[in-house]
Amino acid sequence: MTVSLAELRCHIADRGALTAALEEALGRDRVFAQPVDLLAYEYDGSVLAAVPDVVVVPASRDEVAAIVRAAGRFGVPLIARGSGTGLSGGAITPIGGIVVAMSNMKRIFSIDLDNRTAVVQPGVINLDVTRAVEDDGYFYAPDPSSQSACSIGGNVANNSGGVHTLAFGVTTNHVLGLELVMADGSVARLGGRGPDEPGLDLTGLAVGSEGTIGIVTAVTIRLMRRREAVRTMLGIFETIEEASQAVADIIASGIGPTSLEMIDQLTAQAVEPAVHAGLPLDAGAVLLIEVEGVREGLARSARTVEDLCRANRAREIRTARTEEERHLYWAARKGAFGAMGRLAPNYYLHDAVVPRSQLPAIMLRIGEIARRYGIRVANVFHAGDGNVHPLIPYDAAAPGETDRVMRASEEMLSACVAAGGTLSGEHGIGFEKNNYMPWIFNDADLHAQRRLKAAFDPDDRMNPFKVFPTPVSCGELLTRRPPRLAASGLWI
Amino acid sequence: MAATESVVREGNGGAHPAGPAARPIPRLLIPELDKCIQCGFCLPACPTYRMLGVETESPRGRIHLIEAAAQGRIPMDARLEEHMYVCLGCRACETACPAGVRFGTIIEAGRAETGPTGSPLARRTTLAALRHLMPYPERLRAAAGLLRLYQRSGLGPLLRRLHLMPARFGEMEALLPAVPDGSFAPAQEVWPAIGPRRARVGFLSGCAMSVLFPGSNEATVRVLRRNGCEVVIPRRQTCCGALNVHNGERAAAQQMARRNIEAFLDAGVDAVIINAAGCGVASKEYGVLFRADDPTSAARAEAYSRLCRDATEFLTELGLTGTLGEIRARATYQDPCHLAHGQGIRREPRDLLRRIPGLELVEMEGADRCCGSAGIYNLVQPEYSRRILDEKMQAVVRTGADLLVAPNPGCLLQLAAGIRARGVPIEACHVVDLLDRAYAAAEMPAESRRV
Repeated sequence: MTVSLAELRCHIADRGALTAALEEALGRDRVFAQPVDLLAYEYDGSVLAAVPDVVVVPASRDEVAAIVRAAGRFGVPLIARGSGTGLSGGAITPIGGIVVAMSNMKRIFSIDLDNRTAVVQPGVINLDVTRAVEDDGYFYAPDPSSQSACSIGGNVANNSGGVHTLAFGVTTNHVLGLELVMADGSVARLGGRGPDEPGLDLTGLAVGSEGTIGIVTAVTIRLMRRREAVRTMLGIFETIEEASQAVADIIASGIGPTSLEMIDQLTAQAVEPAVHAGLPLDAGAVLLIEVEGVREGLARSARTVEDLCRANRAREIRTARTEEERHLYWAARKGAFGAMGRLAPNYYLHDAVVPRSQLPAIMLRIGEIARRYGIRVANVFHAGDGNVHPLIPYDAAAPGETDRVMRASEEMLSACVAAGGTLSGEHGIGFEKNNYMPWIFNDADLHAQRRLKAAFDPDDRMNPFKVFPTPVSCGELLTRRPPRLAASGLWI
Repeated sequence: MAATESVVREGNGGAHPAGPAARPIPRLLIPELDKCIQCGFCLPACPTYRMLGVETESPRGRIHLIEAAAQGRIPMDARLEEHMYVCLGCRACETACPAGVRFGTIIEAGRAETGPTGSPLARRTTLAALRHLMPYPERLRAAAGLLRLYQRSGLGPLLRRLHLMPARFGEMEALLPAVPDGSFAPAQEVWPAIGPRRARVGFLSGCAMSVLFPGSNEATVRVLRRNGCEVVIPRRQTCCGALNVHNGERAAAQQMARRNIEAFLDAGVDAVIINAAGCGVASKEYGVLFRADDPTSAARAEAYSRLCRDATEFLTELGLTGTLGEIRARATYQDPCHLAHGQGIRREPRDLLRRIPGLELVEMEGADRCCGSAGIYNLVQPEYSRRILDEKMQAVVRTGADLLVAPNPGCLLQLAAGIRARGVPIEACHVVDLLDRAYAAAEMPAESRRV
C-alpha cells in the first residue's frame, strides 16, 4: 500500500481561528506561523524533516493545558519538543500540527538534597541539573552524550540512557513522578517522591512513551551522591574486535565499571581535531573506561582493567591525571556524533542493542555489511551495555547514496535483532523505526500497546505517527537537505 | 529528498507556509553549511537562544534558514533578516560545535545578502558610516572631535531637560564614554625597541581604539617597546573592516583589507599586533573575504593573516621581560567573544594578568559569555543588549572586583556603560593598560601604586 504523507496531512479548516485561539492563550509573541519561523522547526537531530503548521512556546503548565484544549477544538495534532536533539525524528511533524516547544519552561522548581530529589520543568537542560547540585557533591545520573544540550523532558520521552547507564540505569530509574497534561487538557500527577508509589505504575508508562500519551510539564527526579573517587582510563587497541573482547572480559571480572565506551578509529579521526584529547589516530579502537568507588578500592579495580586490556593485546593504557584531562576524554566521546559533520554532510546512525557476548561477532558483521555496500562506518557506543551505534557518514546530494545507506543500516539493524538484540537502546523509535516494530513484537503485543495509548489519547492527537507502525515510512521525509542548487559564485 | 520539498510545497494546499522563493540566492555559501549536522550542541551556548528559547534565534536555526534561502526554499525577506540580526555574532557556538562549523562566516554571508538592518533611516546611517566614515581615519578623528565638542557643550543635558532628545538617541548617547582629548596620532612611523631588539612588529591601531581609547594604544606601543620590539605604525593603514563585514558591507571591507595588507606586508614585520579582539578575527579571516572573487588578493591576504597576533597572544609567545611593579587590586576578566570564541585565546591574557604582583584575579561566572556589545549590536538591538548586559554586570559585581579587564574596545564601551548605569566603583580597562601601569610602577619604587 502506498499512501503519501501529503495525503495524510492534518486538515486545519480555519487556520486563522486556530492561530487566534493560541495567541489568546499565550500572547502574540509566542505563537509562530510565518514560513521562515516554521522552517526552523522542520528538523530535529535526526535525518528527517517536515514543516509544522504552528509553533507555540508556552511558559507554564496552564498555558500547555490551554494549548491542548485549543488543539482539541480544532482537531490538530500536538508534538512536544525539547531541545530538538533527538535522533529518531520524535520531534518532527510527519502530518503537520502544532509544535509545542518546551524550551522556555526551564525552571528548577526545587532541590531537596536531604531526600535527594529535585522537581524541574521539562525544558531544563540535562547538564544544568547536575551543575545546580555538583558543588554539594550530587549529580543527576542519566547522562546522554548530548547532555549539554538535551532537555529533561526529551529524556523522559525517550527514556534516555547515557554513558553511565551501565552502572546507574536509564531515565526511568531516576524519575519518581510526573505532571502530565492529558489529551483533554486536564492535568494528572503520576507517581510521587518515593521509589514505589501505590497504584498503577503510570510514571513507568509515561517515561519512554515519546510524547504519545500527553505532555509532561514537571518532573520529579532522583539525585545521586558522587562517589569518593573516580578513575578514568583509555585502553588503546589495534582492532575493534579485541577491544570488544576486553569489554566482555571486564564485565565478567565483576569489578563493576561505571562506564565502558567504545571509540573506533574513524570516530577518533573526526572528533580529535575538535577536542584535542590526545586520542591516537592510528589505533583500531579506544575503550574509555571509568571505575568509581571508595578511594582504597580503586587501585585494584584499575589494575584488573589494565590486566584484562593487556590480555586482549591493548598497546597502551592511559589514566587521566587531572580533572581537566578526564573532561577531555569525555568531551571526545560526547562530541562524536556532532563531529561526523567533518567527515560528510550527512550522517545516519542506528541505536541497537545486542547481548554483550555478541559484541565481537556483531562488530565483524557490521564491518562486513559496510564493505559490501561500499560505505564507511564509525562505531562509537556504549560497549558495556551492548548498545551499539553504527554511524554512517554520507552525502545525501550524491545520487543513490541515501538509498544505499538506508539499506545497509536496515541490514545492520536486522543483524542485531537476529543476534538476540533489539531495535533501540535509548534514542527512541520515533518516526524512524516504527515500521520495524513488528520485528520484535507480534500483532497481539502491538495491539496491547495501542489500546493503552488510546486510553490516554482516544483521538490520536498526541504525537501521531510515532512509535507504532504506520502505512507510510520515514523514507518520504528523509534528509532535511533537498538537493542543492548549482553552486555558482560561492565564497565560503 | 524530493519528498521533503513536497511536504514543504504541497502541504495543506495554498494556505500552507513556505512557498518557494521566486529565485535562489546565487552567491551564498555551501561547504561550511555542509559541516552542520544539526546536533544542537550550539543551542545552550547561544546567548539569544538562552534568552528567547526559540530555534529561529539559535545558531542551528540561523544556519538552517540561511541554507534554505540559498536553496531557494524561502526568500531572503524581512523576517529572515530580523532573525539574522538578532544574532550577536559572538561565535560562542563555534566553541561548542563538535564539527568545527565557522558560524561567523555563515552569518556574515547571509547578512551580505541584505546589508545593514533597521529602519530606512538607520540603514542609511549605518551604510553611510560604514562606507564613508570607517575607511578614513582622518574623518573618524574629525567625527570624534565633533562628538567631544557636543559632550562638553552641555547641549545634551539641555536637550534632555527640554524633552527634545529622542529616546533612541538618548540610549545611544548613554553608551558612549567621554571622548578623550586627542586621538592616537603617533608622531613617527617607527619606534625603536627599548633594550636589545627581539622583534620588528607592526601595530594595527584600529578605528575605535584610536579615537576612544588612545591611551590603551599608547600603552600597547610602550609595552611592546619595553619587551624589545621595534614597532612600526604605518600611516597608510586603516580600520580593519570588521564592522563592515558584520553588517553585510563586503565591498568596502575588501577595499579596507587591501590597504592594510599592502601597508603591513611592505613594512617587512615579523608580526602584526592587534589589541582589539574583533579586529583580530577579521584580520585573521581576510582570506575568506577574497576567496571567491579574487584569488590573487586571497593569497596575499592569507600571508598577512598569518602575521596577525592579538597583543596578549604575542606577548605570551614572546615572554615578558623587565620588571613589573605592584598593582594592589582585585581584577576579573571578561573574555571578549572574538578573542575566546573567535581566536581560541583564553589562557594568554589571564597568564599575563597573573604576572602582575599584587593583582588578584577572580573568575566571574560565565566569563566567556557575551556582554551584549557585539560590534554595533547595542545600537541595533538595544533591548536584548541591555538584558544581556544586566546578567553580565550581576556576575561582575558578585566577584567584588575593582578592575574589569576586557581587551576589546566594544566590550570596554559596553561594560563601562554598565558600570556607569549601576554606579559601582569598578574600572574597565585593557590588559595592556595594566601591564603598562605595572611597568611604570616598577620605576617608581617609593610608592606602590593603588589603582
